[in-house]
Amino acid sequence: MSSLELKDLYDGFRNPDVIKSFQKLIVAEAEKLDRTVNIMEVCGGHTHTIMKYGLTQLLPENINFIHGPGCPVCIMPKERIDHAYTLAMQEDVILLTLGDMIKVPGSHGSLQDARAKGADVRYVYSPMDALKVAEENPTKKVIFFAIGFETTTPMTAALLDVVIKRDIKNIFFHINHVTVPEVMKELIDSRDEHVNSYDHRIDAFIGPSHVSVISGSKIYAVFPEYYRIPVVVSGFEPVDVMEAIYMMIKQFNEGRSDLEIQYKRLVTHEGNLKAQALIEKYFEKVDLFKWRGMGNVPNSALKLREEYAPFDAEVIYKSILPYDEIDDHKLCICGDILRGFAKPQQCSVFGTACKPSSPLGSCMVSSEGACAAYYKYGNLI
Amino acid sequence: MTKNIVLAQGNGGEENGELISKIFYKHFKNEILEKSEDAAIIDGGRLAFTTDSFTVSPIFFDGGDIGKLSICGTCNDLAMMGAKPTYMTCAVIVEEGFSVEELEKIVRSMKKELEKNDAAIVCGDTKVVPRGSVDKIFINTTGVGVVQKSGISSNSVNEEDVIIVSNEIGKHGATIFANREGMEFSSNLQSDCTSLWPLVEKLLSEGIAITAMRDATRGGVAAVLNEWAKQSKVCIEVNEEAIPVSEDVRGICEILGFEAYNLANEGTFVLAVKRSDAERAVEVLKTFEEGSKASIIASVTHQYDGRVLLLSPWGSKRFMDLPTGELLPRIC
Repeated sequence: MSSLELKDLYDGFRNPDVIKSFQKLIVAEAEKLDRTVNIMEVCGGHTHTIMKYGLTQLLPENINFIHGPGCPVCIMPKERIDHAYTLAMQEDVILLTLGDMIKVPGSHGSLQDARAKGADVRYVYSPMDALKVAEENPTKKVIFFAIGFETTTPMTAALLDVVIKRDIKNIFFHINHVTVPEVMKELIDSRDEHVNSYDHRIDAFIGPSHVSVISGSKIYAVFPEYYRIPVVVSGFEPVDVMEAIYMMIKQFNEGRSDLEIQYKRLVTHEGNLKAQALIEKYFEKVDLFKWRGMGNVPNSALKLREEYAPFDAEVIYKSILPYDEIDDHKLCICGDILRGFAKPQQCSVFGTACKPSSPLGSCMVSSEGACAAYYKYGNLI
Repeated sequence: MTKNIVLAQGNGGEENGELISKIFYKHFKNEILEKSEDAAIIDGGRLAFTTDSFTVSPIFFDGGDIGKLSICGTCNDLAMMGAKPTYMTCAVIVEEGFSVEELEKIVRSMKKELEKNDAAIVCGDTKVVPRGSVDKIFINTTGVGVVQKSGISSNSVNEEDVIIVSNEIGKHGATIFANREGMEFSSNLQSDCTSLWPLVEKLLSEGIAITAMRDATRGGVAAVLNEWAKQSKVCIEVNEEAIPVSEDVRGICEILGFEAYNLANEGTFVLAVKRSDAERAVEVLKTFEEGSKASIIASVTHQYDGRVLLLSPWGSKRFMDLPTGELLPRIC
């Protein structure tokens, strides 16, 4: 890929004049609102965009963001990290995972701590990099600790597809893929134990474009139709997010609750059917998956289908993996933050006992978590 | 701090700083060390003295190699204190099986770079260790420089100053990353690895009022500005649009999720210069190819002392933070 093509991907979408124009449109539209509108950006990538580009500073006071649970690293419960740690500490294992996962602490430490103790832990940019590692290390078992939402799941499926077709004997999978719509439903339907309430303050959702590139915008249809909550599927550049906010406020002023696509560059209603078929072939839903900061969420994660058990590290290593439940930290209020009842600064341990280098709760774990983004970029308004 | 050393502690950022202060400063504590400058000023202010070890992988990269880097790195640290590099030491640890031809190639690059600084290696040490004990070759150099202009210090940046970067930023870090990962984005991207003394010498001879200088190595420009903001108890307000970044570096940052101001440089430095001399300093830098993209990027205020602010072209603000965690491969 040449740098010129790369530039084309983002250039116009960070244009200061376009951003300022949308700011004016939003301010004019927001003046007509009779109340504060709480918009949840579900995805950590959007939280990052909003904080990095300081978009909240451009918006009127009656538009409020609730930062959602959509960061796969943040929501990974300690139980699963302990699995990764245990697998990594096996002598003949090379554990592969994606970027940030390496620094998240479990109950014995993080994967980078495991590496400091001699474990072979590596990060890859693409699951396909596992093929090279496996080929270069024929006597080792290469375990891919797979994380991510609908966006990364097809690549894991594609890797398994190659492993089966080429009859590769030393690549295995520990699957932690989660899905977006189920946790959005959970946020609306569940009881928040901290405030003992079924209430929530979410008036609208901004859905992540990359998830819908794979799964289509259809996965969000239930929210406008059943819950009367509008959804706009948006791209990740600042111009994209500003346009999505504008579309959202217009919906409120026009009394609509629709499913709209801002990121028309690649998102369709149906999504990528080939990728969906690949996921369907190898994965099935898990009844319950624990989300850090959220607790157990029904049908919100995937596992390998039973016929692929010979590739499933969770099955193969069942006897050595720890299964004890670990509670979220008592002082952590991530649950309240995710439901819109609190902002990161209102947490008693924010920036003191809980920091990016020593996170207590999910929202501080990765740079895409709400607390980490607030800590890193500050909230100057 | 963790019980075992983790790679993040060598990142030039937060974890690195913690390791240095909790282990080394704790035991070695003295007045000179605690100034925490690029080079120590000794002998009543007459000499600058510094050391650096080089472990870069790959050892040959676009725009340089570990040999060139080992001279630039140490000489630049001296130059940043306004000192002309003079005498140097060189200690090499080589892995059994390493190619003699490559070793000589590395030493030839060192010689070439020494000439640019008009400096000489006057003593050294060689160790060969069993296969696997080091990764190919590690080099340490120590240098002494004669201070030409005293009082340059990262502790005295103030509101009278503006901040300049000497060239486009992030090229070394981006190149090493692209070379390591086998990414071929563009044929133009090269490390900025170069000796900075000629640029500094010219700035000094032109009488530019320099308050502070630092080469933006590990941790990048963000690390330098944050250290200055903390050490000088000021707020540095950076105009995001003014930071010179090449299209190639921007592209790599885009794909890998990095910020150019967190990436390492090996021939690009940051200066705090009296406002009245700033335009002239940029002009002087621009007479060198290595300074052709020099630019004023920031002003100094007291809005948030100890912090660096990044001002977006659409009027929002955020902190420019120190890099944390383990982002990069070994880059120097």
